[in-house]
Amino acid sequence: MNRAPSIVVDKLMKRFDTFTAVKQVSFQIHAGEIFGLLGPNGSGKSTIIRMLCGLLTPSSGSATVVGFDIARHAEEVREHIGYMSQKFSLYNDLTALENLQFFAGLFGVKGSALDERIAWALKMAGLAGSERLLTGELSGGWKQRLALGSAVLHRPQVLFLDEPTAGVDPLSRGHFWELIHQMSREGVTILVTTHYMDEAEYCNRLALINQGLIVAMGTPTEIKHLAIKGTLWLVECNPLGRALAVVKQAPGVIDASVFGAALHVSVDASRQPLTELPTFLASHEVRVDRIELISPSLEDAFVSLTGDRTFSDESAQ
Amino acid sequence: MNLRRCAAMSCKEFIQIRRDRRSLAIVLFLPLIQILLLGYGARLDANHIPLYVLDQEGSQHSQALLKAFQASPYFNVVKTVENYGALVRAIDSDHCKLGIVIPWNFSERLDDSGRATVQAVVDGTDDNSAQLAEGYAQAVVANYTSGVQVDWFARHGLANQATSRLSVDDRTWFNEDLESKNFIIPGTVALVMALMGALLSSLTIAREWERGTMEQLVATPVTALEIMVGKLVPYLVISLLDAALCAAFAVAWFEVPFRGGLGTFFFTTTLFLIVILGIGYMISVATKSQLGASQYALLVTLLPTTMLSGFAFPIHQQPAPIRALTYLVYSRYYVSALKRIFLDGAAINELVPQIAAMTIYALVVGFFATRAFRKSLQ
Amino acid sequence: MSDEIVAISGLTKRFAGVVAVDSLSFTARKGEILGLVGPDGAGKTTTLRILAGILPADTGSALVAGQDVLREPEAVKSRISYMPQQFGLYEDLTVTENIRFYADIFEVTRTVRQQREAQLLEASGMSRFRDRLAGQLSGGMKRKLGIACALIHTPQLLLLDEPTTGVDPVSRRELWSILYSLVFEGVTVLVSTAYLDEAERCHRLLLMHQGSRLFFGTPTDLKSKLPGGALSIISSNPQALQMATAGEQGVLRVTAMGDELHVVVDDPDRRLDQLRERFDSTGISFGDMRRIPASVEDVFVYVVSNQQTQQAREQ
Repeated sequence: MNRAPSIVVDKLMKRFDTFTAVKQVSFQIHAGEIFGLLGPNGSGKSTIIRMLCGLLTPSSGSATVVGFDIARHAEEVREHIGYMSQKFSLYNDLTALENLQFFAGLFGVKGSALDERIAWALKMAGLAGSERLLTGELSGGWKQRLALGSAVLHRPQVLFLDEPTAGVDPLSRGHFWELIHQMSREGVTILVTTHYMDEAEYCNRLALINQGLIVAMGTPTEIKHLAIKGTLWLVECNPLGRALAVVKQAPGVIDASVFGAALHVSVDASRQPLTELPTFLASHEVRVDRIELISPSLEDAFVSLTGDRTFSDESAQ
Repeated sequence: MNLRRCAAMSCKEFIQIRRDRRSLAIVLFLPLIQILLLGYGARLDANHIPLYVLDQEGSQHSQALLKAFQASPYFNVVKTVENYGALVRAIDSDHCKLGIVIPWNFSERLDDSGRATVQAVVDGTDDNSAQLAEGYAQAVVANYTSGVQVDWFARHGLANQATSRLSVDDRTWFNEDLESKNFIIPGTVALVMALMGALLSSLTIAREWERGTMEQLVATPVTALEIMVGKLVPYLVISLLDAALCAAFAVAWFEVPFRGGLGTFFFTTTLFLIVILGIGYMISVATKSQLGASQYALLVTLLPTTMLSGFAFPIHQQPAPIRALTYLVYSRYYVSALKRIFLDGAAINELVPQIAAMTIYALVVGFFATRAFRKSLQ
Repeated sequence: MSDEIVAISGLTKRFAGVVAVDSLSFTARKGEILGLVGPDGAGKTTTLRILAGILPADTGSALVAGQDVLREPEAVKSRISYMPQQFGLYEDLTVTENIRFYADIFEVTRTVRQQREAQLLEASGMSRFRDRLAGQLSGGMKRKLGIACALIHTPQLLLLDEPTTGVDPVSRRELWSILYSLVFEGVTVLVSTAYLDEAERCHRLLLMHQGSRLFFGTPTDLKSKLPGGALSIISSNPQALQMATAGEQGVLRVTAMGDELHVVVDDPDRRLDQLRERFDSTGISFGDMRRIPASVEDVFVYVVSNQQTQQAREQ
C-alpha cells in the first residue's frame, strides 16, 4: 500500500453568514486507505466533502486532493475524483447501459477506453447481459454496484462514497465492500461519509465529526477504546424497570441503558462488576440472571464522545 | 358523521390558510384585480357606429328621425342610399354596421294611427356589436317617438344569403344605460369564484399527500366524509367572503347596479361554490401532485366559464351544437342568475330554473366527491 | 392467547405481480417490543400498512387489538397508532396545535388531553417549544413530536415504520428509551428497522427477507440458529488476512472490516487455535484475536445463504 498522502486537509474552515459549519478540521488520508467521516446530519461532513470536491470555497485553511489545491485548481480536482451516492446518482428511467454511457460522457471517457470501461463496469456490477434493464427496476444491491461503476468509469484516484450501503441487504453489502477493497488494493483512496455506525466499521480509519469539529480520529478499535471509560457489561435481570432505576447508583457505574431484555452497564475499570453488581442489585430485590463482558460498539463510543445535550440539540435549525 | 373530528379538520385547515400569507394575498387580491382589469379593459361599448340610411319617403318626419340618429353619439350617418340593394351591399362589404330603412308611408302611418314601422338591417357577424347597435338604435328611435316600431333584420356577411329576421333580445332592455360593464362584471364575479374555489380546493388533498401527512391521517378513525366536509368548509367561508368583496367592489367602484337581495346572492353563490369546491376536491383526490391538480383545476373551470357560460359571449348567438353543450356548463346557470340578481333584482322564486340546475349539479358532484376519496393507500 | 395483541397468519400482498409480503405469520404480545427487521424491500412497510388498516391484503388473516383488520379496517384505528417514516406532522402548525389536532381526531377528552400533553412534552423535553411551528424544529424534535402525537390517545399498539433510520446515535438511544418506557406502561410496540443490530434491542423479532419470514422468535433463539460462533482478529491489513483465512477448514464466512477481520466459524474455540497456529506458521502478523458473540448480521447471512442453496438444489 502506497503511504503517500492523497488527501491533505489543513485547518479547513467554512462559515455561512453567522453559522460556522466546519470549524478548523485537519486530517490526512493515504493512497489506498478507506477513510470514514462519521457524523450525523448537520455535523459538517457534507460541507467538508463539498469543499474537497471543489464545489465550495473554504473560508480559511487549505486542502489538496491528489496534489491539487481545492481552492485554486478545483477543475483538476474534479477530474481526478469519483463520487457515488447510491440514492441519487442514477436515472431510474434509463437503462443500465444508458446510465453508464451518460456518465462516461460526463467524465470525458472516449474512444476505445469507453467501450472497455463500460464493459468492465457492467461485469463488476454483475449486469453483463442485463444492460438493457431499466435502472428503476433493479433491486438495491444491483443499483448500488451500478452506481459504483458509473462513478469510476474515468479511473479516478480518489473515490467519495456517500452512505453507499444504507438499507441494502447484507449479502449485497458484503459483495460491494469486496469491490471497494479491490480498488483500495489498487491504490484508490476512498473517503466514506456516513452516519451509519455499521458502515463505519468497514473503514480503515475514522474521523468522528460533531458540530463542525473532529472529536476523535483513529481506527475503529482505537476509537471504541478511547471513548469508553471503563468496561461494558450485559446484565440480564428482573425486574428490568427497577434494575434500570437503581443500577445507576451502584458504585463505579458510569452509565446504564436498556437493551432488549437486558441492561448495558458501563463500569469504572477499577471495579469488579462481575461480583459487585449482582450483590448490589440483589440488595434492591433485583435478580441477576446473567452478567457478561461485552465489547463497546462504535455507537457506544459515539454517544460517549459527543454526550447527550450537545448532540441532540433542542435549538431550531 | 362525527362533528368533533370534522371540526378538528376545519380548524386545522383554517390555521394553515391563515398562516399561508401568499395564498391569502392571492385569494383576496386576485379577484379584485381581475374585476378591475376586465371592468376597464373589456369595453364592448362602441361609439360612432357607421350607419347607412335609405329614406324612401323623404318627408319632414323621416328627416327628423334621421336627424335624431345624426345627433346621437353612438352613430355616424355615413351615407344615404337610394335603394335596398345598395344598403345590403354596404353592410356586406363592411362599409357600415347598420342600415335604417324608413318606408314610403312613414308619416302617413304616424299621423293616422300614431304608429309606424322602420326597418333596420344589422351586420350580424359580430354578435356583440350587433347587439349594441340594436340597443342603441332602439333607444334613439324610442326617444324620437314612442309610436315607432323597429323591424329587425340581420345580414351574416355571406353574399347571396337571405336577410334573416331577428327578434330583439329582452336582455338589452334591462341594461338601460347600455353599459357593457354591467354585463361583464357580474359575469366576472362568477369567473373569479369559479377560479378561486377550484384552485383552493384542488390543492388541499394533494398537499397532504405531498407532505406525507395523509398516510397518517388515513390510519386514524376520521372518515372520508369528515375529511371532505372538514376541509371544504373553510374554503366555502372564504369564497363567500370573496364573493361579497367582489360584489361590493363592483358596486362601489364600477357603479354596477345591485338590485337584488343579499340573501338570494349568497344562496345562489353557495350552491355554485358547492359545485366548484366539489369539482376541485375531486381533482385533488385524483391527482396526488399539487402542480398537476392546479393545472387541471384551471382547465376545468377557467376554460368553460370563459368561453361557454355566457359571461362575455352570449349563448344564444352560438351555433346550435355549442348552445346545447352550454347546458352542461355549470357556470352558465350561475352567470345567468348573477346577471338577473344584479340587474333585474331577481328573487329566488324568479331564478327557479337556474337554482334547479345548480342543485342538480351540486347533488351529482356531491355524490361523486364523497365516494371519490378512499381511505387506502391503494 | 388473551394477551396477544397481534395475530397474523398467511398474510400475502402483491403489487403488480411482485410479491411484497409472502404468506407471513407472526404474533405480538401485550407489552412487548416486536421488531420487523430486514433490509429495504423486505416488506416491512407493506406489513405495517396492512396492520394499520390503510392497505388491503390479498389473502390471510390479521387480528389487531381484537379486530379483524382485513375485513373491518376502520374498527382498529381508534385503538392503535401508526407513525410512517415521514411522521405526519403539519409543519405550519405549532407543537400544541399538532397535538390538539390528533387529540380531537381521536376524541380524547379535554382534561385527559391536557394531562397527557403536559406529560409527553415534559418527557421529551419540548415543553418550552409549545408554540413553535413544527417546521422549525430540529429533526430529532420532530420525531419526538410525531411520537407524542401518536401517543396522545393512549393506544394499545404502536406501529412505527423505521423510526431510527438516518437518526444520530444519541437520538436513537432516546427513542429506544421512550419505547422501553412505553412497554413498562403495557403498550405493545411493533417497530420496523433496516438496522440488523437493532434486532437485539427487541423482545422478539420477525426477520424478513424479500417478503418472507426468515425467522420469528427471541434474539437469543436467533443466535442459536448459527451453528458455531464468531471470531474477531484485529489487523492493520485485514484484506491480506482475509485471503489467508477464507479457505480454512471450518470457516463459514469472512468479512474484512476496516481494522479487523470478522470470521464466522463452526466451532469457535477449536478454529481460534487452528487459525492462530496457521498464522504463526506462515508468519502472518495479526493483533488481538478472540471469540466474540455472533452478530445478527452473521445469522441473517447464514440463514439466507442456506435458503438460497436449498432453493438452488431443489431446482
